Amino acid sequence: MKTRIFVTLKNGVLDPQGKAIHHAIEGLGFSGVHDVRAGRLIEIEHEPGVSKADLETMCTKLLANMVIENFEIEQA
Amino acid sequence: MRAAVIQFPGSNCDRDMAVAIRDITGAETTLVWHRASELPDGLDLIAIPGGFSYGDYLRSGAMAARSPVMQAVIKAAERGIPVLGVCNGFQILTEAGLLPGALMRNAGIRFVCRTVGLTVENNRSVFTSGYSTDELVQIPVAHHDGNYFADSDTLDRLEVEGRVAFRYAENVNGSARNIAGVLNAGGNVLGMMPHPERMTEAVHGGSDGRRLFEGLVRQIA
Repeated sequence: MKTRIFVTLKNGVLDPQGKAIHHAIEGLGFSGVHDVRAGRLIEIEHEPGVSKADLETMCTKLLANMVIENFEIEQA
Repeated sequence: MRAAVIQFPGSNCDRDMAVAIRDITGAETTLVWHRASELPDGLDLIAIPGGFSYGDYLRSGAMAARSPVMQAVIKAAERGIPVLGVCNGFQILTEAGLLPGALMRNAGIRFVCRTVGLTVENNRSVFTSGYSTDELVQIPVAHHDGNYFADSDTLDRLEVEGRVAFRYAENVNGSARNIAGVLNAGGNVLGMMPHPERMTEAVHGGSDGRRLFEGLVRQIA
């Protein structure tokens, strides 16, 4: 079983990497892009018995830094 | 005086830190590997050095903060033993929850490697007693993720409680309120991005970092 975890910066936390990517996109000549924020995708292969609660604990204890990041768990 | 310097895979300032502590304070200084679940007995100081522990995988300091030795460091910090984290050591201390906030990518994206001016905001801690309050000192930084972030309530609390130890005299990396070093509530844990161990003798271009260690030994001994 596969679970995808998306880790993103909280609203209001400045994202220098997103800003640099935004500039690069504009540098390629694309217009109309308002904002870019970069995050991280973590894919976890696991037994069906690994619970949502376990996955949430993995996120809060390690995969996301709750001071600056949020996470979303997507199960196939 | 007895000191331990923690070594992680990817630490690269561990020996500089051990040499600075040993030469300046005279402490018997031991290097402790990250897999150790116990620290040597009778420690007066624990230093978490700079570097790129675990290759900065996931987030700077994230993996190291969950290593066996850090569980022992957290217990020692709770007992009041002074813990100094420099650069990656600061990142590890925030990731381990010993210090508030987080260190994000530098606002200018670039790695910053140069000597910067710092003002000493609080000289009442065991780490900063060798300085005068509001003194301007010169200490080098070398980091990619030194942009200190905390929510405004936390920042206000740090200021009110005198827990901002050092502030950059200029905007170096986008840090909130130019914070370069913070103390825990007990005052026995200091995290700072600048490297005092790299500024301890004339050949380094200055010795402003030396007084941090001199102050420590006077407070501890």
